[in-house]
Amino acid sequence: MDELEAIKVTFFQECEELLADLEGGLLAMQEGAGDLETVNAVFRAVHSIKGGAGAFGLEPLVRFAHVFETLLDAVRSGSVPNTVELAAVLLRASDILADHVSAARGLGDVDMGASAAMAAELETWTDPNAAPAAHAPVVEEAAPVAAAPAPVVADDDAMDDDDLGFVFVPQTITVEAQAADAEPGNVWTVSIRPKSDLYRKANETALLLRELSRLGPIKATLDDSALPALGDLDPEAAFVTWSVRLETEEDESAIREVFEFVDGDCDLEITRGEGGVQDTMAALLTVAEAPAVIEAVETAPAPIIEISAPAPVAEVVEPVAPAPAPVVEAAKPAAAPAAATPKATPVEVPGPGQSVIRVDPERIDRLIDLVGELVINQAMLAQRVGEYGIAPSSNLAMGLDELEQLTREIQDSVMAIRAQPVKSVFQRMPRLVREVANMTSKQARLVMEGENTEVDKTVIERLSDPITHMLRNAIDHGLESPEERKAAGKNPEGVVRLAALHRSGRIVIEVSDDGKGINRERVFGIAVKKGLISPDLQLTDEEIDNLIFLPGFSTAEKISDVSGRGVGMDVVKRSVQALGGRISIASRPGQGSTFTLSLPLTLAVLDGMVVDVAGETLVVPLAAIVESLRPKPEEVRPLGPVGSVLAVRDSFVPLIDVGQALGYRDHSPAPTDGVVLLVEGEDGSRAALVADAIHGQRQVVIKSLEQNYQQVEGVAAATILGDGRVALILDVDATIAMRRRDGGTPRPTEPTLIAAE
Amino acid sequence: MTRTVLTVDDSRTMRDMLRMALVGAGFNVVEAVDGEHGLEVLSAHRPDIIITDINMPKLDGFGFIEAVRVDDDYRAIPILVLTTESDPAKKQRAREAGATGWIVKPFNPEKLVDAIRRVAA
Repeated sequence: MDELEAIKVTFFQECEELLADLEGGLLAMQEGAGDLETVNAVFRAVHSIKGGAGAFGLEPLVRFAHVFETLLDAVRSGSVPNTVELAAVLLRASDILADHVSAARGLGDVDMGASAAMAAELETWTDPNAAPAAHAPVVEEAAPVAAAPAPVVADDDAMDDDDLGFVFVPQTITVEAQAADAEPGNVWTVSIRPKSDLYRKANETALLLRELSRLGPIKATLDDSALPALGDLDPEAAFVTWSVRLETEEDESAIREVFEFVDGDCDLEITRGEGGVQDTMAALLTVAEAPAVIEAVETAPAPIIEISAPAPVAEVVEPVAPAPAPVVEAAKPAAAPAAATPKATPVEVPGPGQSVIRVDPERIDRLIDLVGELVINQAMLAQRVGEYGIAPSSNLAMGLDELEQLTREIQDSVMAIRAQPVKSVFQRMPRLVREVANMTSKQARLVMEGENTEVDKTVIERLSDPITHMLRNAIDHGLESPEERKAAGKNPEGVVRLAALHRSGRIVIEVSDDGKGINRERVFGIAVKKGLISPDLQLTDEEIDNLIFLPGFSTAEKISDVSGRGVGMDVVKRSVQALGGRISIASRPGQGSTFTLSLPLTLAVLDGMVVDVAGETLVVPLAAIVESLRPKPEEVRPLGPVGSVLAVRDSFVPLIDVGQALGYRDHSPAPTDGVVLLVEGEDGSRAALVADAIHGQRQVVIKSLEQNYQQVEGVAAATILGDGRVALILDVDATIAMRRRDGGTPRPTEPTLIAAE
Repeated sequence: MTRTVLTVDDSRTMRDMLRMALVGAGFNVVEAVDGEHGLEVLSAHRPDIIITDINMPKLDGFGFIEAVRVDDDYRAIPILVLTTESDPAKKQRAREAGATGWIVKPFNPEKLVDAIRRVAA
């Protein structure tokens, strides 16, 4: 069953893709795309989910998918008009379908009431007449005359919807009494007269006889009296009639089932007893040309086929049951080269719109690790060569330069393999927007841009939460109610924009709304009320806007279901920072707000400054460094018993000795003896980190410290340097926070820092 | 000799299910994701039996069956269509296109092998 479980995993993966396709198609329909291909794709998505769900016996999912599919089929056939209103309903249905999928997977529950209501709504759309009739049967009965014309029309419509393509297939109903009568060794006579259609569909009389022989011993005779002379024979036509005497304990339905696939393609008579067929038999024939039958004969207990016909007859009969394949194959060796066509790769082929090959992500991760080693190795080699004092113009040094370039290209290419479009995250957002808008009684339209912007998989996985939060925030706090918007002369439907773009080696995510903007007075008031800032602080607009990122700040007056889950924008900010990202906000009263999130494209490499601290080599992320400087004695001011601050232009910044912060030394050397890196934490707070010396800037491969050792406060990760030594990558924010918490550093003059205290 | 079955279905789940059942029953399996792809794989692998879905992008099951049936090289290959809940209209259309038989989804391996036996020598 392991294999089946593995397929089930595949199924749920496929469901994710199908649900995304479904939503994408429905959104396109909502935008007015009514083309058949879109509708077909939408139909297929639901159809495939249903098919797989059926295979795994996921009943509630199958039932809902079925109702959904039925409506889509009607839309596809044109009997239900494809409108924007319908697309909105279908979108909500797709949300419930997604819930069913999650529930089937054991993740969450389905609101069965909502599901049933939606199923009923879908049914009403499929057949508008069915539901009203069901809801108001009394009315119909009360006014039968008036109501009469309507149902007639309704029935016609219903026929168009569902039944026009229906071809009634004659079915024989087994009479139970007959079956009950069946005694052991019951004899049946089955007369089969194939039509040419039977052969056209690649059915085969010999196989039918073989199937019959599975029910009991058979004796088959051939009537070839209708067979024309060889010269007049149409090899594609059918001329013969088989008569089979069958002894079986099975009933008639079992015999009929043998002919299920050829129903209508042959004249079939099934009668009890010996029948008179043998009397009318014109010829008896060997079926030596049909090995399958012989096989059947061999397994049968009694002699079955009487051989009395001359061989030539059999030769003539043979084409009636054509087996053209081998003949043509021999005649057309030219078809063979096609077998070598490389493009027809049968196994693990991509679904439409999917990536071309599927590779276990672990293999790529391993490759990235290896390339990381290669980069390190190359750097080591370069360093050794440098140590030998080889001239940069020498062949060796030039070859090494080329190697470096190649290594970098390989690294970029490998990173590109793992890069994925942000689409996988974005496509979950339309539903979120619908739900949040619903819950907050706002009207919101989501506009997405740059869905195909690529970013490393490690980043993608962690984008979802911040984006979700920012969108919730934009709708809940940003957008006004439809009434307020109308009063302000705006479209009652607010627009929330989600965009992704590349900017200077980082990915930028923007979430903007056209709502009311940040109410600065209120934000300031709340921050004061919560004791986050002192009331007499003078803050710029931008600084006030940034107050919403403070821990413990929430502008929601009542805790709504949507945004007020006990977490605020501070959580977003922290998770973004954890990724080496930044978040900023721009807001204009009455016109809306824009949150901008900028993240590194990958979490695998980092541009860093290599520094020496107390004999250790450390890497400080370049993104955090504002500038490096050698402080003059007059710029360093002692503050409190141990702390000191550095005067940088107009403000004072706390000085932090990295060596002391990480526990390398107890007593800090004078800052003027070393180098100071002015860094900015992700919350905008600044600090001056004191190091002993700077070695220069370098791209380093990040090695997780948690995975290889354990988490260490103040250290983000580790890397291996060119000389093979392990160097720790400094966690700037944690270092600042540690210092602040330990109380050694006085409060700097910047308001945000006061607020964060 | 091991017989080769070509399965044509746009659903990975369904292809995997078919593969599991068919390999378990001793068949060799080649796969295609839609009708167009099916025709390519057909010429490359010359399967003994074809099992195809109906609803597929690019070229659907009906079109695929018709294309197989007009090709003298392949028209004698038995084709089983996968249908859901014995949808009579679709089944009928598939038969008109030239399908040899059908398998009703959801299927179990026995049902599948049974259907193959009925159409394949």
